[in-house]
Amino acid sequence: MSRRQMHLAAHFPGVNNTTVWADPESKSQIEFSSFEHLARTAERGLFDFFFLAEGLRLREHKGRIHDLDVVGRPESITVLSALAAVTERLGLAATVNATFNEPFELARRFATLDHLSGGRAAWNVVTSSDAFTGENFRRGGYLDRADRYTRAAEFLDTARELWDSWTPDGIPRPFAHRGRHFDIAGEFTLPRPPQGHPVVIQAGDSDEGREFAASAADVVFSRRSSLEDGRAFYADVKRRLAKYGRAPGDLKIMPGVGVVLGDTAAEAQERAAEIRRQQTSPQTALLTLEQIWGVDLSSYDPDGPLPDIDPVVDPALTQGRTRRGDTVAIAEKWRALSREKGLSIRQTVIEAGGRQFFIGTPEAVATELEQFVRYEAADGFILVPHLTPGGLDEFVDRVVPLLQERGAFRTEYRGSTLRSHLGLPEPVRN
Amino acid sequence: MLHLSVAVDQPSAYDAASYVALARLAERGGLDFVTLDDSFARPGPDALAVLSRVAPATTRIGLVPTVTTTHTEPFHVQAAVATLDWVSRGRAGWRLDVSTTEGEARLFGRRHAAVADALWQEAGEVADVAAKLWDSWEDDAEIRDVPTGRFIDRDKLHHVDFRGTSFSVKGPSIVPRPPQGHPVRVVDATDGQARRTAARYADVALVRAVSAGQAAAVREELRSQAAESGRDPDALRVLASLLVDLCAGEHAAEPGHGGGGPRPSPQGPLYRGGPVDLAELIATWHGQGIVDGFHLTPAEPLRDLERLVNGTVALLQHRGLFRTFYPGSTLREHLGLSRPANQYAVTKGTS
Repeated sequence: MSRRQMHLAAHFPGVNNTTVWADPESKSQIEFSSFEHLARTAERGLFDFFFLAEGLRLREHKGRIHDLDVVGRPESITVLSALAAVTERLGLAATVNATFNEPFELARRFATLDHLSGGRAAWNVVTSSDAFTGENFRRGGYLDRADRYTRAAEFLDTARELWDSWTPDGIPRPFAHRGRHFDIAGEFTLPRPPQGHPVVIQAGDSDEGREFAASAADVVFSRRSSLEDGRAFYADVKRRLAKYGRAPGDLKIMPGVGVVLGDTAAEAQERAAEIRRQQTSPQTALLTLEQIWGVDLSSYDPDGPLPDIDPVVDPALTQGRTRRGDTVAIAEKWRALSREKGLSIRQTVIEAGGRQFFIGTPEAVATELEQFVRYEAADGFILVPHLTPGGLDEFVDRVVPLLQERGAFRTEYRGSTLRSHLGLPEPVRN
Repeated sequence: MLHLSVAVDQPSAYDAASYVALARLAERGGLDFVTLDDSFARPGPDALAVLSRVAPATTRIGLVPTVTTTHTEPFHVQAAVATLDWVSRGRAGWRLDVSTTEGEARLFGRRHAAVADALWQEAGEVADVAAKLWDSWEDDAEIRDVPTGRFIDRDKLHHVDFRGTSFSVKGPSIVPRPPQGHPVRVVDATDGQARRTAARYADVALVRAVSAGQAAAVREELRSQAAESGRDPDALRVLASLLVDLCAGEHAAEPGHGGGGPRPSPQGPLYRGGPVDLAELIATWHGQGIVDGFHLTPAEPLRDLERLVNGTVALLQHRGLFRTFYPGSTLREHLGLSRPANQYAVTKGTS
């Protein structure tokens, strides 16, 4: 009786304080050699795919460009096209915004990547409602929240029409699409991609996001903090598939997680604590607090107590990053946490900002990963290393062999396309 | 210095292998760069992605995809071209082109077709904003200063605040300044407003000319227009574009065709003859100062590129007219073009 094997993917560390740039082992986030190292490591570990995030406007805080975290990255599809030359099996996933692109052009770019890589392309569909980002684009402006998803859904439908538009023997057929967001017609410039359609990834926790994933995505990139949360999310999303005529296995749920290893449990905990300190420098701690309090806190001591003033709501203070929700409530919660445990500003930010981490010996981490899959909290994981580009080396060298010994992860690639790694059927032609 | 480049266009090729083979062949000949044409209007893959796929499979040759400026987003285009420069370690170029047909406009459904002159005007604005965005990071903006916790010096990043006739861009770019500063810009300068845009923004201008006299006249016009727009004319390379059909054996030029000079064809000036006579033509035009080099489009990609590299180029090398190795590693170095100064960097300590 064979067990359900997990899927693994690697995220290239992006522009947030997860990436520890101050570590002496940290190398360039822009040189091709860094991308090559991480991708080759992922392929050595037989990972399903390699995943790039996107940025379309540099974040600003208090009207100035944010300068504490890693800033600056290359354009994703171009990097992945180059990585196709130095890898053979690894899936290549790019995050690309459906708000500031057009279906014909983007469908063509992804079809090209799929052809160039022999069937390894994936598209992580994201949307934006951000007028701040829109200032870099012809279309400018923004879409309201509801329209973001209707546009994304129609965008994806249109892309699939385009991918399917050539005949099986390679003759272009005219297509025409007229909908609420797009009215386009002509001929596509490429034969159907090797995978039929590149794999579609979606990240989004809202109700609309879950529905969009259930109707249209092959992989969901989620962020869950516990096994129980993961199980609830998993059950909810899988339940939604049936109404779209899809089977539970047609959508893979892959949370983004960090892993910290040590030779002993205590050593792993020590390293994890050190990594969290590195991720939250004194300056980063104050900046995080300013995003909650909505005011300049630069005169505060990051090793001192939290401000006793009340926060003000100022959405323009920080631009270009995820909103933090009800900041007044968060401030209250953080003050309580600080009082209860006697934590400084920096310690509070570290404590409150805990991410999904698997911490322990390679054996313990392998067991925990297995449990998430066995108890249906995940179909696999997207690993988010804290170091560029060597942050995956230890996992691949120490944890992957254990997972393989236990039959929880593949020992070879059976196919050559990303769909074959993920066990996804080839999409039916329109 | 003679500059040689070739097109690696192939009908109905969608996978990487044949493009890699042609680019490696061109690199073996020491050519300055390969081009790959692109358009939304005819079958073919995305040229920039193809040449990005070619980049790690080659080490020296310049990579110049066509990227159009009419229906694309200038911000995305500059980021992709800058990224090609990063993945190729300084070998990227960008051949600007426009989309003039209603058929192409219908693929996007956002605007109607416009006349070429207006679109070339816009292409110039796209070239302008791209250069600003490439400069929007100063070269030393990344500081990784642990004591202050700062990854970048934000005083060395700049909003470009560009307002053109049909678009605006705030900036800065998301991509740090590419290795060449500005990837090399190539424009077909044969017609009308395209020529004015080339004179102002291009590093390499391509000219489809059937006679030496015509080529020389266009080069002079380009150089004087470049000077008028405040550029050093010597920073503009003018290459003659020829279709080449080398099927006619080692020496034989087309009978009755004056030694194998180009002649008009529906696809543009066509040279038909042998590799040796082509070498003669190249040596003559270059030696007389008519052009700075050539951009050759083989009629039969693999066959003609082999003959070009093993015949024409080998002969030019033998005669000491063309390089036998790459003295530099970037496309700008092959072309003898300097790395542009950053338009936002302030020279310190001089005021």
